[in-house]
Amino acid sequence: MVDAALPADAVVVARLRTRDEAMFAALIDAWSPGMLRAARAYVADDHTAQDVVQEAWLGVLRGIDSFQERSSLRTWVYKILVNKAKTRGVRDARTVPGLGLADERDDGPTVDPARFRAADDPYPGHWRSSPPAWPSPEDGAVAAETRRLLAAALAGLPARQRVVVTLRDVAGHTSDEVCAQLAISAANQRVLLHRGRAALRAALEHHWTREATA
Amino acid sequence: MNCDEFVELVTAYLEGTLAPETEQRFVGHLAECDGCDRYLEQIRVTVAALGRLPEQGLDPDARDRLLAAFRDWPAG
Repeated sequence: MVDAALPADAVVVARLRTRDEAMFAALIDAWSPGMLRAARAYVADDHTAQDVVQEAWLGVLRGIDSFQERSSLRTWVYKILVNKAKTRGVRDARTVPGLGLADERDDGPTVDPARFRAADDPYPGHWRSSPPAWPSPEDGAVAAETRRLLAAALAGLPARQRVVVTLRDVAGHTSDEVCAQLAISAANQRVLLHRGRAALRAALEHHWTREATA
Repeated sequence: MNCDEFVELVTAYLEGTLAPETEQRFVGHLAECDGCDRYLEQIRVTVAALGRLPEQGLDPDARDRLLAAFRDWPAG
């Protein structure tokens, strides 16, 4: 996310505490798009995500005067958001099943083992054939198709992978931020990111390979 | 390093969290394997495209309501 237009946290917080409306407007304009994406990883539809983001901003209003600045402002705001989104997700029965629990497969290969040569081959563990090339992402139509495919594939990821990939790669947060926002370890965060990215790459490969042979 | 090990280390490599010895083996393999070079590039393309998904803004009505709530919020 481009926060270049926003001043340092301490300045933003001080202005919010003096009820500087322009500052609040700048903040909600800068952060709401990423927050909507993140909320959408927990709840069933765009409308609910809009509600969750509004609730989160009201939570920010309630808490700003006592915000301790132990974390960055953005991490604090996203913690509020994630709490609201989880609560809403539970209520709407499309929760992130047990975020923080090992409810999804976190082990095993992320690339089909059949893609690699067997143990009795002269080159065991090497590609049988290289991953096929994809059309150039410089092409506007390809880029648009890629975004469409990724949005669909992201929605189909296991919940915890979807949340981590959304926060890291879509909303552009750092590893440290995401660990703090979700209260998960760095190792756990990396595993979820790895599995999610590998699955999304595989979805793109599947599509472009089918296109090429169609 | 084998390709099936390489593909599982891609994220740790991009995060800069590989142990120095493993990173050397990773980079060494990358230099001599076209398949893994392409795999890593496709992961990069995927991550870059995720960062360009279309953004949604807050509903204008919701934005107005939030600004009104802010305006009426008692000073701390």
